[in-house]
Amino acid sequence: MFNLCYKSLLNRRFIAALTVLSIALSVALIVGVERLRTEARAGFANSASGIDLIIAARGNDVQIVMATVFGVGTTGAGISWDSYEMIEDLPQISWTVPIMMGDNHRGYPVIGTSEQYFDHFRHSGGRQLIFAEGVPFKSPDGAVIGAEVAQAFGYTSGTEIVNAHGSGEVAFDVHDEAPFTVTGVLEHTGTAVDRMVFVSLEGFDALHEEPASEVADPFVLIEAPEVAGEHEDHDHVELDEPDEHEEGHQEHDDRHAHGSGHEDEAKAVRTSGGHDHGGHDHEPGTINAIFAGLEEKTAVLSVQRQLADHRDEALTAVLPNVALLQLWSITSTAETALRLMAGAVAAAGMIGMVVMLSASLDNRRREFAILRSVGATPVGVFSLILLEAVLLLFAGIVLGVIALSALTLLIDPVLAANFGLRIGVGLPSFREVLLIALVFCSGLLASIIPALRVYRMTLSDGLSVRL
Amino acid sequence: MKTVELKSLVFRWPGQPDPVLSVDSFDLEAGESVFMRGPSGSGKTTLLSAIAGVIDVPQSAVRVAGTDVGALAGGDRDRFRVDQLGIVFQVFNLLPWLSALENTLLPCRFSAQRRNRSGPDPKATATRLLSELGLKDTELINRPASALSVGQQQRVAAARALIGAPEVVLADEPTSALDEEAKDTFVQLLLKECKASGASLLFVSHDRSLEKHFDRSVDLPMLNAGKT
Repeated sequence: MFNLCYKSLLNRRFIAALTVLSIALSVALIVGVERLRTEARAGFANSASGIDLIIAARGNDVQIVMATVFGVGTTGAGISWDSYEMIEDLPQISWTVPIMMGDNHRGYPVIGTSEQYFDHFRHSGGRQLIFAEGVPFKSPDGAVIGAEVAQAFGYTSGTEIVNAHGSGEVAFDVHDEAPFTVTGVLEHTGTAVDRMVFVSLEGFDALHEEPASEVADPFVLIEAPEVAGEHEDHDHVELDEPDEHEEGHQEHDDRHAHGSGHEDEAKAVRTSGGHDHGGHDHEPGTINAIFAGLEEKTAVLSVQRQLADHRDEALTAVLPNVALLQLWSITSTAETALRLMAGAVAAAGMIGMVVMLSASLDNRRREFAILRSVGATPVGVFSLILLEAVLLLFAGIVLGVIALSALTLLIDPVLAANFGLRIGVGLPSFREVLLIALVFCSGLLASIIPALRVYRMTLSDGLSVRL
Repeated sequence: MKTVELKSLVFRWPGQPDPVLSVDSFDLEAGESVFMRGPSGSGKTTLLSAIAGVIDVPQSAVRVAGTDVGALAGGDRDRFRVDQLGIVFQVFNLLPWLSALENTLLPCRFSAQRRNRSGPDPKATATRLLSELGLKDTELINRPASALSVGQQQRVAAARALIGAPEVVLADEPTSALDEEAKDTFVQLLLKECKASGASLLFVSHDRSLEKHFDRSVDLPMLNAGKT
């Protein structure tokens, strides 16, 4: 029976090949979309996979993640260094990385952070940041740049760069008095890190410190708990205030100070090392956010509660993965559309097969009559058609999976570099197997239509060979 | 012994008042060859279908090799057909994408009985049959059937009908697509092989020139008297 079926199909090899091709295409598409979707989702959810909590001034979770992980938007108010130390000292916290934002380098966000950032940040499903060249910044004027930044401007280790205040491409306030020297370039990650310039906290501060120190008070720690909650700082969203900054740094620095009278005191604090916190050789006034890792993941809730109850400052501890998934859900409409499209293509493939099987039936009436004359039952002829469908579907699915794997192998490096997506050629996942099974079953189900027609035809035709 | 026995066979297509078949009595003895003469539309194909169990006939109207065809259920009828009958059609007997040899072996594929009766090596039996029917070239019989001439195709069909020694060979105008000379050769070969395997042959044709080769001749319009 199988042999008969195979030879019969071979006889119609051109149309059969076309049918197999269309099935292969639908399988490749439907599985490809599924794989891409899962990977994109997982990659996105893991954009900050090394980080257990992101702590920032009270605000919207998604906004905080957008600002700190993707460098889009801002985190509202800052966090005082005191709070940073408080958090650092919590027993549940294993490590912390401070984040400062608000400057840009020719349109690319500049992040002030510590060296530990490069150790703790994970992207695209748990990958560490790798230095394509150079090393992390060691001195306040060192900078590490993302791959895209390096590519865009042709920077390498040793290049001197100048940053500007604010986030816009058009800089109102260029900190050309405080240039940085590139010490390292990160490898392509396909994430927002590629678009970032990293400098040390000291370096970030220095941008604002030097000219300001002559004019007004730099960085006095906020030590007024009674105003912390509704502190006017909330309006001082650094990145979005070019007009204010045109007035100079005084305004900008206001957020860190309560008046010029504190100037000396602040300087004293900074220089005397009055706040000695071990490894920290520099203490900025405020930072924008803190990336934190926990000793134990289960401590998340207790830390969140503790921070929510923190009296001195209104803080939010965001679970980045949760916020990222929240953000991802926005794309679910597009996702659904994509899946619907893939499903439609699969349906078209199945219909193509049914058309092919049905169209050939009339030409094959003689074939069926001959088979009947040599003992084939109508059920036998019925199953012959189903067997043909099985063969076509099987060949289509195998070809589709092979084609997809080949394609994946081909475009994986491109996808990884441009979108941080690594699809990889692996065995199909359970969901994919389910999808393939679905395609197979719906194809088989659809082929019952022509098979049933043949069944009726053979019953009524009998042995008469119509021409 | 009678291999085919028709008794008061009346058949009408569903929904039609007049019967297409109304045969009082017809017998085909074992090993006998009968020429059944009938113009088109005289119910030839229907009669052969009735014997082959393709159409629903009333019980005890048709017996083939002792089996009441009308009493068989669908699947049994298909098995009975391949076990007991060899059938040769007018034209287009073969599956074009199978070789002549494979076409010949088709009944053995569907019937264990035919396979068992075609000797220890059905392939060798098929090859022998084909060569006796004039297809000696082994290269030729391994070619797809579509590459054969009409005369060669009909001979392959005859070989297929004969393989595994069925009780009866039914031939439905097998020579109508052949020229005069080929006709006689084909009929003689067919008769010779039927004799050799002991099968009775019911040969339906409108061509009276072939009548002389057969044991007996029957006029279908006269046999099918009840038909209106």
